Amino acid sequence: MQLSDTQRIVDHNARPLGAASRLLRRLHLDGPLLIGLLLIISFGLVVLYSAVGANMQLWVGQCMRLGVALIAMVIIAQLPPSFMRRWTPWGYLLGLGLLVLVLTGGEVGKGAQRWLDLGVRFQPSEIMKLAVPMMAAWYLHERTLPPRFSQLLVLGVIIVLPTVLIARQPDLGTALLIGVSGILVVLLAGLSFRLILAFGLAAVPGAFILWNFMKDYQRQRVLTLLDPDSDPLGAGYNIIQSKIAIGSGGLFGKGWTNGSQAQLEFLPERNTDFIFAVMGEELGLLGLLSLLVLYVFIVGRGLHIAIQAGDSFSRLVAGSISLTFFVYVFVNTAMVTGLVPVVGVPLPLVSFGGTSMVTLLVGFGILMSIQTHRKLLPQ
Amino acid sequence: MSLLTSIKDHHAEKRIFVQRVIAASIICVLLLSIVIARLIQLQVFEFEHYAERSQGNRFRIEALPPTRGLIFDRKGRVLAENLPAYQLELIPEQVPDVEDTLQRLAAINLINRDDIPRIQQLTKAGPRFKPVTLSFRLTEEEIARFAIQRPRFPGVDFQPRLVRHYPHGIEVAHAIGYVGALSTSDLNRLDTAAYTGTAHTGKTGLEYSFESDLHGDTGHQQVITNARGRQIPLDSLQLQSAQEQKESATPGENIYLSLDLDLQKIATDALKGRRGSVVAIDPRSGEILTMVSAPGFDPNYFPLGMSRSQYASLINDLDQPLFNRAIRGQYPPGSTIKPILAISALETGVITKNHRAFCTGSFTLPGSTHRYRDWKPEGHGSVDLHDAITQSCDVYFYEISNDLDIDNMHDWLFKFGLGHLTGIDIDGEKPGLVPSRAWKRNAFQRREDRAWFPGETVIASIGQGYMLATPLQLASAAATIAMRGKRFVPHLVTAVEDSVNGERIPLTSVALEDVVLKDSRNWDTVIGAMHDVMQGARGTARAAGARAKYQMAGKSGTAQVFSVSQEDEYEEDEIAERLKDHALFIAFAPLDDPQIAVAVVIENGSSGSGVAAPIARAIMDKYLESNNSATK
Repeated sequence: MQLSDTQRIVDHNARPLGAASRLLRRLHLDGPLLIGLLLIISFGLVVLYSAVGANMQLWVGQCMRLGVALIAMVIIAQLPPSFMRRWTPWGYLLGLGLLVLVLTGGEVGKGAQRWLDLGVRFQPSEIMKLAVPMMAAWYLHERTLPPRFSQLLVLGVIIVLPTVLIARQPDLGTALLIGVSGILVVLLAGLSFRLILAFGLAAVPGAFILWNFMKDYQRQRVLTLLDPDSDPLGAGYNIIQSKIAIGSGGLFGKGWTNGSQAQLEFLPERNTDFIFAVMGEELGLLGLLSLLVLYVFIVGRGLHIAIQAGDSFSRLVAGSISLTFFVYVFVNTAMVTGLVPVVGVPLPLVSFGGTSMVTLLVGFGILMSIQTHRKLLPQ
Repeated sequence: MSLLTSIKDHHAEKRIFVQRVIAASIICVLLLSIVIARLIQLQVFEFEHYAERSQGNRFRIEALPPTRGLIFDRKGRVLAENLPAYQLELIPEQVPDVEDTLQRLAAINLINRDDIPRIQQLTKAGPRFKPVTLSFRLTEEEIARFAIQRPRFPGVDFQPRLVRHYPHGIEVAHAIGYVGALSTSDLNRLDTAAYTGTAHTGKTGLEYSFESDLHGDTGHQQVITNARGRQIPLDSLQLQSAQEQKESATPGENIYLSLDLDLQKIATDALKGRRGSVVAIDPRSGEILTMVSAPGFDPNYFPLGMSRSQYASLINDLDQPLFNRAIRGQYPPGSTIKPILAISALETGVITKNHRAFCTGSFTLPGSTHRYRDWKPEGHGSVDLHDAITQSCDVYFYEISNDLDIDNMHDWLFKFGLGHLTGIDIDGEKPGLVPSRAWKRNAFQRREDRAWFPGETVIASIGQGYMLATPLQLASAAATIAMRGKRFVPHLVTAVEDSVNGERIPLTSVALEDVVLKDSRNWDTVIGAMHDVMQGARGTARAAGARAKYQMAGKSGTAQVFSVSQEDEYEEDEIAERLKDHALFIAFAPLDDPQIAVAVVIENGSSGSGVAAPIARAIMDKYLESNNSATK
């Protein structure tokens, strides 16, 4: 407590605390991260207004969900990392249980059982997006790092079990991203490069096995990526229309709400997975680069928080959340520009949709908690 | 603190972590660079390609079909117009339950229950916003019935569209023809691009022959469509680049005919219940005043599409109502050619006008026993050329036929327009047939059939045998006699009017090579005889020419029907009816200033002077009466 006071004094001496800084400190919020998030969210809302075709009802709905998500972020930020760490295994187990429930009795939406109706409809896989890396970090935080091989097996179970359950829903995109978020924890924990290489090589036969487990439409997506023009009105349609939208935007875009691809509904999923293409068409390369700059800033700030974190649990969780966020951005933008298969990953903080927004901001709430509950020295 | 924690090397852990974060950051930057490179590729280097494709995506060229030109008679009365007809349409996306809706429409008799499966197919075939036609023409009663029930049928409504309409359908059916739905064979014949928005095209008659004038030019409109092809109203979009490009359709040209609707009506009434044709020509120009073929049909069924059974009944009708007898019916001309043969005999010096023959009722060629009969068994006695024409003495012509010779006959008949196409401005005309030695050499396969026999010349002299002529050709020949040799191409269209600026371009009459006589008094001889046919004391058609306010000339003809095809299918009465002689008559009037020339052919009408002549008289009466009242 004394040290904490010292910290405060040191900081106080370094730069005078303004009223805003004091409020942020009291609310356990990280200023730069908050500013970055608010900028991206505002940008996103502007683009979304155009993408939903100026449908005020949809747009206001999204604003409300954003408000809820921001409140959730602020609440989470109040919880100290040690508290979250203690509750991590229970959250993980709860998430697993719900996933099993979904598979046995979930609602079918868009051909997949992803939704669970518990008063409010939500996707249990959203819990796992945070629970998996936290569980992996929880498992590792008391152990000597880098992890030993036997520990890797346990980590493997922690990561693979929910991934397989989600993949069975089927929601391959989310499953892969959750798997990635867990693996990132392991990599950040210091897995030796030799083992990384070994896993990398093992991934080749793994890919073949995965191919066999894929549903037809998932395989189709991979094949379509390789040659979208082979089926211009079928599976390749999304990618072709998305490339036309982005390409026709040029440097400066066609102007906000003036994208013909988006407004005339040539672009599929224009307010969810393909909103990046709407932005590309209407705001051009400059608009997209501005957005990417904001994303880079957020990821950078997240990694900065991770490096500064006082304990390995916080470090690993913050690192994984930040890098996973980047993976979301990369996968979505690469998918929309036709670099990777269409896997159904929304553009974080911009795409229409409430659940993923809450999860993301809760994740940033965890980052803020880690940053603002930090001690000067390890316990 | 546990043992494990105590041996943890926090600084080493942190060092490794920082290293990993740096490695991860490098990878992140690399991945991001790939995405940015991709964006630059798409938005900078391939910008033009994609900009073009996005244009192609949203614009669709939509054809604006032109309004078809109107057709008027010589007095400006509309013969073909475009009227709105109401059709019942269903828009699939607005109908909650198509099957149920169709069943309920069938229950109130607006659609046929048998059509339901077909309509259901249609609703599934096209885009869901595209209307499907349930019924092509609603009667007023049906419109009223549906209007009351409309709230029960969301997504179903009646819509107006322009449909070709012939207000005097039956009277002008054969001359005007009709339009029908475009078929694939039409599209092979027409310029497909010009017909993108058009549903109908001319099938017969003037509608067919003047298609290029009547059709007009298709307009184009650039419309903005969304991904499903649905047109987007421009004002609902804020797209700055959205500019409507429109090139209006040019309506088809109106055409003006020489046909006189009043004459058409008289001719149609006169032919009621008969098979035959009436053609009247203004001899001074070749303008066709009337052209009727009976039985007629109602052309209004064709633009709307008729049922299979309706069409079958038209096609299978023994009286062939769709057959345009005026230009396609080829009949033995019978005695109607006698005036022409008289002229040729006078001109070639075979006879003089005072040459006499003694008619005993039959004629026998030297060295033969075959008797060629006169229509009057007891004979006409001693007749000169005048008598031979007025009383239509066959023996007189039998006797001079050998001297006249078949090839000479052919040449003269040909000069008067028989045996070849008249060149009328509608399609489908038949040439008729005037035999000659040369013709017979080529017409037959067997050597013994190729030779010309003297007996064939004999029957040719009274327009029998191989000889065939269409009513149009006979009317044209009558006009030539009336004009003393001046000839014109018979035609229906007198002017074409630009329907945009109202400029009317007259189509001038085309003169043909005149028939020039060495001695023009020969015209007087023959025309005088023809005058007495109708208004002389012993003329065959004096009954038809009686009590007229003007002078007229004519010639009757009664042609034998030699064979009847498909004889076995006829009933007894039917055979008797269809073996009767064809009745023919040609006429013109007034004598000194010919304004109208008429040909009447009544199939199996028995008597040219008794049946056909009164019709010719009625036509001339009506025409001259209205002409005179117009000039007074």
